[in-house]
Amino acid sequence: MTAVPALAVEDLSVEFRTRSGTVKVLDHVGFSVDKGETVALVGESGSGKSVTAFAVMGILDPAGRVTSGRALFGGADLLALSEHDLAEQRGRELSMIFQNPRTALNPIRKVGQQIADVLVRHGGATRPDAPRAAVEMLKRVRIPDPERRVEAYPFELSGGMCQRIMIAIALACRPALLIADEPTTGLDVTTQAVIMDLIGELAHESGMATIFITHDLALAAEYCDRIVVMHAGHIVEAAPARELFAHPRHPYSAKLLAATPGETVSLAELASIPGGLPDLRRPDLPACRYSDRCERRLDDCARPLPHRVIGERHTVSCWNPL
Amino acid sequence: MTPLLDIAELAKRFEVGNKRLLYAVDEVTFAIGRGETVGLVGESGCGKSTLVRLINRLLDPTSGSIRLAGTELADMRARAFAGNANRARIQMVFQDAGDSLNPRYTAADAIADPIRRLKKMSGASLKSRVEALADMTGLPRELLSRFPHQLSGGQKARVGIARAIAVEPELLILDEPTAALDVSVQVVILKLLQQLKRELGMSYLFVSHDLNVVRLLCDRVLVMYLGKIVESGPAAELFADPRHPYTRALISAIPQADPDKRVGRLRLSGEPRSPIDPDPTVCRFYGRCPRGEPRCSAEMPVLRTVASARQAACHFA
Ligand SMILES: Nc1ncnc2c1ncn2[C@@H]1O[C@H](COP(=O)(O)OP(=O)(O)OP(=O)(O)O)[C@@H](O)[C@H]1O
Ligand SMILES: Nc1ncnc2c1ncn2[C@@H]1O[C@H](COP(=O)(O)OP(=O)(O)O)[C@@H](O)[C@H]1O
Ligand code: SF4
Ligand code: SF4
Ligand SMILES: [Mg+2]
Ligand SMILES: [Mg+2]
Repeated sequence: MTAVPALAVEDLSVEFRTRSGTVKVLDHVGFSVDKGETVALVGESGSGKSVTAFAVMGILDPAGRVTSGRALFGGADLLALSEHDLAEQRGRELSMIFQNPRTALNPIRKVGQQIADVLVRHGGATRPDAPRAAVEMLKRVRIPDPERRVEAYPFELSGGMCQRIMIAIALACRPALLIADEPTTGLDVTTQAVIMDLIGELAHESGMATIFITHDLALAAEYCDRIVVMHAGHIVEAAPARELFAHPRHPYSAKLLAATPGETVSLAELASIPGGLPDLRRPDLPACRYSDRCERRLDDCARPLPHRVIGERHTVSCWNPL
Repeated sequence: MTPLLDIAELAKRFEVGNKRLLYAVDEVTFAIGRGETVGLVGESGCGKSTLVRLINRLLDPTSGSIRLAGTELADMRARAFAGNANRARIQMVFQDAGDSLNPRYTAADAIADPIRRLKKMSGASLKSRVEALADMTGLPRELLSRFPHQLSGGQKARVGIARAIAVEPELLILDEPTAALDVSVQVVILKLLQQLKRELGMSYLFVSHDLNVVRLLCDRVLVMYLGKIVESGPAAELFADPRHPYTRALISAIPQADPDKRVGRLRLSGEPRSPIDPDPTVCRFYGRCPRGEPRCSAEMPVLRTVASARQAACHFA
């Protein structure tokens, strides 16, 4: 089977200017997502997952600057497109579900109208059909009583319901690439399963490619084809989901797994990851940004990081992998 | 022995126009013992946060009783309760540590605020109490002068916990306290909660979507569905042998990395029933329940004892 990449991110670096100096938030990040594939982006908070998504979507904060790289999508480099052309693609071809659903919804507009607006704007439905299409979308994300809920304002819904509405909006136009930033945080596991199945269905039916940002490794392992592990703006490991779970090779991936509650019988078995992310303003950042926290560090680790291919679609950036 | 918290037939109905009522919490009855950790789980929108806000007296119930160590709290208006002596006995850690902290308060102000209001402490004794709380929750003292936006998610979570335990509550309600945290910080916070409970002997009501966390932290679990408690029991038994079909669906949907362990998955199909003016003679789970028999649409199942210490609201449990 030959995989067709829907999105290829290459050599992406992003900096933020702050009062206390320049922060190197992404450093030569590269990964790809094939048509119909779901790739998870995992890592601690602050590791650069959202910034990666924002950069690809062309919605970086004004203080942020792309200093290198490309994001190839449908033959064009998204990072080189004009704001106008990019806006055209967003919503129709590219869709994003944001981390905080409440702030992303308009508080003074009924949720049904908000879905209808998106459908009409991006050609998913005509104005007269839009209300009915909006009810259909709410049904797909399992909102009870959709006919009445289209009349609700965001404050009348629980956090989890706002989340589902955002998902309905993002999927409304059957995008070619979906970036979902922790879309199921705050949802119960049965609803989460429905949403993940829905994403899976669209991937299967229309070849939608998905970047799925999450903290939950078990979730990523169950529903995603591949997992990309980020730490402090570096991609430290990328592997097929099952393989990463069974045999993590980067020391950081292994620590993340050890902190994830699963079959464990007591809290004592779970271990947090020692130390924190390095200060990314430091001018003398070590080549391996995990080295200050790493138990497997060697003298070699001060050298520029290797990019090792260690299996079928399995890469690791480490001098002394497990 | 009187339980610490005794909830009886507690209900909250919201008016949603045209005299229609949304049954957010529907005649819920349960108790929490001293030193017990009770987990509250259920579908998003099923009424967990509303229930918690009723108990914490941020919201007035439509009917029912909330007894704290024998004292009735349901009669008191939410507004009056804020200044009541019982206020200090129930404290809450909110869903989003960041959003629930006042952006203009430093960490020290946030922690000191309830002590000042409810324990009338001030000056040097207040300052040393705040420092002691920072130490207890593992918040470095030098961070006490920082504002919320200058703190990490895990540090904000610590401030939220320090603030909640500052007035020595007997019941601590935690509404998804770790949902916004990544796994590494979550481990630290969960261990902190377990340790504080041992040291201070509080009871916990712990709301969470992460069933693996509930399993590790809680003695007993309550399962809610569309405003009603549909199952309750000791955590280990409930996870090993769920009796209500909804609980079964919930447990079988826990993400499972190992494909060999994904066998016998239950996926719910069908429409959830409406929480607005629900039919009192139909099981709330009817229509989505994989079993669903004629009796289920003619008679609402009540929560009844199905085994020692275990209850379920299903005709066939
Ligand atoms: N507008 C900004 N100005 C300065 N630094 C920023 C800005 N936005 C993000 N950063 C920094 O970029 C880094 C990565 O942030 P990002 O939000 O992408 O992390 P994340 O992995 O998505 O974390 P979380 O899981 O908490 O969302 C962090 O160090 C953050 O402080
Ligand atoms: N102010 C309100 N007006 C109308 N309905 C509300 C209001 N607050 C909550 N609800 C409804 O009450 C139900 C329970 O909500 P909530 O307690 O927030 O759920 P959870 O915390 O389990 O996600 C939902 O159906 C929600 O839409
Ligand atoms: S390169 Fe060295 S320091 Fe970095 S993760 Fe690998 S072993 Fe640890
Ligand atoms: S009473 Fe009937 S519909 Fe309700 S949970 Fe039991 S079997 Fe299902
Ligand atoms: Mg993020
Ligand atoms: Mg809630």
